[in-house]
Amino acid sequence: MSVTTTDVLVIGGGMAAAWAAISAAEAGARVIVVDKGAMGTSGVTATGGPGHWWVPPYPALRDEAIARQTDKAAGLGDPAWMERILDLTWRHLPTIAPFYPFGSDGRGGRFINGVRGPEYMRALRAFAVVRGVEIRDHHPALELIADHDGRVIGARGQTLRDAQPWDVRSAAVVLATGGAAFRSGLIGSHGCTGDGHLMAAEAGARLSGMEFSISYSLSPAWASTRTLPYTGARFYDAAGHEIDIPPPRTGHRHNQALGAAMLKGPVFADLVDAPRDLPAVLRRIQPLTAAAFERRGVDLFRDRFPVLLFGEGTIRGSGGIDLVDDMCGTGVPGLYAAGDAATRELVAGASSGGGAVNSAWALSSGRIAGAAAAGEARHATRYDGAPRALGQAGLRPGASVRAIDTAALIRRAGDAIHGYDKAFWRREATLAASARDLEDDWRLIAAHGYAAGRSRVELRAAAAVVATARWVIASAHERRETRGMHYRDDARTADPAQARRLISGGLDEVWVRPLTPARAEVAA
Amino acid sequence: MIAHLIAERCTNCAACVSVCPALVFDPGADIPVIAQADACETCYLCELACIEDALYVAPETDSHAAPPVADLIAAGLVGKIRADSGWNEPLDAGQLDDYRLLGPLLGAGVDIATRRYEARHGIRS
Repeated sequence: MSVTTTDVLVIGGGMAAAWAAISAAEAGARVIVVDKGAMGTSGVTATGGPGHWWVPPYPALRDEAIARQTDKAAGLGDPAWMERILDLTWRHLPTIAPFYPFGSDGRGGRFINGVRGPEYMRALRAFAVVRGVEIRDHHPALELIADHDGRVIGARGQTLRDAQPWDVRSAAVVLATGGAAFRSGLIGSHGCTGDGHLMAAEAGARLSGMEFSISYSLSPAWASTRTLPYTGARFYDAAGHEIDIPPPRTGHRHNQALGAAMLKGPVFADLVDAPRDLPAVLRRIQPLTAAAFERRGVDLFRDRFPVLLFGEGTIRGSGGIDLVDDMCGTGVPGLYAAGDAATRELVAGASSGGGAVNSAWALSSGRIAGAAAAGEARHATRYDGAPRALGQAGLRPGASVRAIDTAALIRRAGDAIHGYDKAFWRREATLAASARDLEDDWRLIAAHGYAAGRSRVELRAAAAVVATARWVIASAHERRETRGMHYRDDARTADPAQARRLISGGLDEVWVRPLTPARAEVAA
Repeated sequence: MIAHLIAERCTNCAACVSVCPALVFDPGADIPVIAQADACETCYLCELACIEDALYVAPETDSHAAPPVADLIAAGLVGKIRADSGWNEPLDAGQLDDYRLLGPLLGAGVDIATRRYEARHGIRS
């Protein structure tokens, strides 16, 4: 197998990966991006329309925005990080202008902070190419590689089409592999299987806030779309009786009521109350959403249609790979994390953060991680020893090889996380039962999982889904209170004593523990 | 999921082969081949990349079923997403001039739902 050498390797193909690559290249590094999809279309940004947290650089405005967000973060946010991402987003988002068709702000200027996904990712790809980034599409990474001290020195994978192995060595690696959506069907999230979470853990990194992973978006039952048309919807059961659903602003109660109704039978949305100006412009704003109805022969503003809630896991949830310093370092030398793959608790705490804070986070953490990785490359010394391949489950079985039904394992993990009955009413007993199931599935993959050729990528994705689900369930079990998006039906209020983050990790044995003050010293 | 690759329109530029995140299309001698139809994620983004409007994605994530190509063309549905998006227009063509309305319209829907709920339950906001 040929080995390619570069300064910075970025794994992933969404907006955080693109910003990391651009930032590293601007800092003078040679950059390779490997993505299991194709940069421009892979990930949830490409089919979405991210607004970015956008506050002009006036201290009074920024302070007010940060105070509001700190409140929303339910005791777990960090105002200094919020200030950083407001600043980075404000300065860097406009720099895509040569590649992106910014529209009017209606007052003679450009509307910057909200961007449409397909055009945004097309722009970021073009921007990265202009900066000299080498993009390798359809190159899924399967594992990280390290030197004898555990420093990450690259990654290995195979091409998606021909299963040809590849090997890239770099001074630093940025994991920008996205959040974990557990194959919920959420549009754009098919590849968001927690691959980076698993690779990070195998290298010795930890996770944080994995219990903050209960988030959903409403869509027609036949396909997940963006949610613009549905926020004012009325809901009906199969008999045509209106269902009394608390409004979207009530957050968990809204989803819980919808989930309860959906557990009883089909639920239909009626958009008769939609904002009057919406029908005329929906197609101009979200052509993909309009197509999902038009192609089915449904007039979405006149016809009632069946709806479901699609899980968003840690894409809108805030948990992810723990960051131990202000450079987006994971605590493993040479390894950085950015975007939804990294914990977003620093800016979103226990809440979702909403699209705006999340996008600002992806841009900013991408830029920070990319620059830090480039900085590391300037001081790196070449490693001539034998590399250690770090991948385990699904690649190097501990016992005899057995055929594994990856689809069934992924379904079971997805149900443990997103099943309405389990997610909206998290309880001790159901969490413990899910933990046992996931434990069995993990042991099966770790002991017996092996596949050659194309199916190796899917087996490894299944291992990542199960591993990530284990950390989610273990963290949800450990947080015996309700905070932000984590709702415990058996502990329905916040407990001030638990206003601290939960760190998790482990492969053979999953562990969860509260973040102790000692961590601050490590970070410093 | 992907339903049609319209051979008469396809120039074998292979843009769909490159952009599909799931590698649904394989390169072909004359035109690309829909090699892994069931891997399609119904993201529609291949249609944006197809400058000849030779692709059609059916709206269901679990079905390739779609009307015949002639009917879809007659209904104006082939290439509609690309046209609606202004995908191949110059960057200053104003294709995103309504995009700023997304946030306010989302918020308006949320307000409508809130007022309706409060009225129903006699809650004063």
